[in-house]
Amino acid sequence: MTDLSKPATALPSLQRRFEGRALRSIILTTLAWVTALLASVPLISVLWMLITKGGARLNLEVFTELPPTGFEMGGGFGNAMAGTFVMVGIAAAIAVPVGILAAVFLAELGPDSKLANASRFAAKMLTGLPSILAGVFAYALVVMTTGTYSAPAGGVALAVLMLPIVVLTAEEAMKMVPKIMKDAAYGMGCTRAQVIMKIVLPTGMPAILTGVMLAVARAAGETAPLLFTALFSNYWIYHEGSLEVMNPTASLAVLIYNFSGMPFDNQLELAWAASLVLVMIVLLVNIVSRIFGKPKY
Amino acid sequence: MVDRIFRALARIGVALILALVFALVFEVGRKALPGMEKHGFDVLFGTVWDVNQGKYGILPAIWGTLYSAFIALVIAGFFGVSMAIFLTQDFLPAKLAAVFRTIVELLAAIPSVVYGLWGIYVVIPAIRPLTAWLNSELGWIPFFGTSLSGPGLLPAALVLAIMILPTVAAVSQDALTSVPMKTKQAAYGLGTTHWEAILKVMVPSAATGIFGSLVLGLGRALGETMALAMLVGNANTITVSLFAPANTLAALLALNFPEAGPNEVEVLMYAALVLMFITLLVNVLGSLLMLYAQRGNK
Repeated sequence: MTDLSKPATALPSLQRRFEGRALRSIILTTLAWVTALLASVPLISVLWMLITKGGARLNLEVFTELPPTGFEMGGGFGNAMAGTFVMVGIAAAIAVPVGILAAVFLAELGPDSKLANASRFAAKMLTGLPSILAGVFAYALVVMTTGTYSAPAGGVALAVLMLPIVVLTAEEAMKMVPKIMKDAAYGMGCTRAQVIMKIVLPTGMPAILTGVMLAVARAAGETAPLLFTALFSNYWIYHEGSLEVMNPTASLAVLIYNFSGMPFDNQLELAWAASLVLVMIVLLVNIVSRIFGKPKY
Repeated sequence: MVDRIFRALARIGVALILALVFALVFEVGRKALPGMEKHGFDVLFGTVWDVNQGKYGILPAIWGTLYSAFIALVIAGFFGVSMAIFLTQDFLPAKLAAVFRTIVELLAAIPSVVYGLWGIYVVIPAIRPLTAWLNSELGWIPFFGTSLSGPGLLPAALVLAIMILPTVAAVSQDALTSVPMKTKQAAYGLGTTHWEAILKVMVPSAATGIFGSLVLGLGRALGETMALAMLVGNANTITVSLFAPANTLAALLALNFPEAGPNEVEVLMYAALVLMFITLLVNVLGSLLMLYAQRGNK
């Protein structure tokens, strides 16, 4: 029996004439290699710049000090890291519970109901929502209502972006739980809530957490939704013993944006260092969730 | 009892997603309404944006959004689909393919503001000699009509292409791998070469999915903000020249919102609504294509 998965050129030919179409195959294969290698250039270039430019400036100071102004030397982005942390925390506190509950409904309670189909479609549309529109929404909803740029406004904007990722990945995670396990639990007299709480959620947890981590990684890197919801601040969010969340709040991403256009070398160096920190956080989360997120069943 | 509360909670969670979408459209629409009443269609077709004179025209931004997204799509489409073919059609041992796949996926993980920074200090200096040559030698072609003086459409579109490449490549890969193995074997059986089988059998079979990947990529490109705000140059002009500065809807929002007064906010909400409408249209189209492609394979 001949191996049909091998292309015809691999078969012995009776004529030794060099065919045009064989030549075309060689050219196209070369072209495919060239495009693949070219497509890898940007990632390598970005990482190279981050390591050389950002790494040169990375020291302990940048994590503890406030951003420099004007011609000031030194400084860091400690307040921006704190601000990013607080806002991503707010966003996760909103998006994770809602997202997982919604996913429970989509995967277990009424997967084919009209409500579920409509919501699933809505969630898919939300994944394609330009991130700046999440910012516009939070501006209209929170900033215009409270009259101030604030950390919660930024958190709401990020939550809008996190929610669809959490919902869709958690639904997939729960659907992967083998039906036999659920049937066994029902057979022992469990109610639906018990099956979900004791079987489906714990079994699907690694994959659900992967989704949550990916959503957190995406939110940590977002800039556009924070530009005019959290704005920026040169001060610590934690001030004289109290968390001042209802003030403009700094974030790593907005700091990079602000400093990228400045004519001062010091700020530019800090922008590269902040980019390195941000990318390291995002890549770390991605890698960790890849390793630990693999389902074990 | 617990059962009922739990179910109610889950139902609320699902309803919240729907409510969020409605709230999004409703909130932005409500805040845009005064601007729409005041300026009507003048905003859509006006070409001047001057806050002091009260002139708000977003036509250049709409043009820039569509034009930059289109250029990015052409570049990312070529690279993304080639990459998908390269990774799925037995060119590489499985391990090496996984390496390339990871590289493309990691491209999606880098925050857009970092791409913006990289674009300013790496891409613009890197392409400047080439653009200067094209402008001086081939300046009579409208695409090369002006010289690149810093930020402009081409660097913005290049970075945009890198950002949507993962979407195009990943979705195209799915489309290509879902073509049944038998189809390819049948093509080989007819005596095709490796590439004839790919171009004449595999790609046409996966065409709907590949087209869907391009539409989804376009949707992402239309809404991308930071890279464009940092690289496109923010000039409110309508141009076909690749090297001229331009503007996009998302960049317009990003740059003007932080310092906008109440009158300007109304118009910016209007612009946001336009952007929402364009991206929603493209994304719905993309999702429907994907559904159609999945059904076709069953």
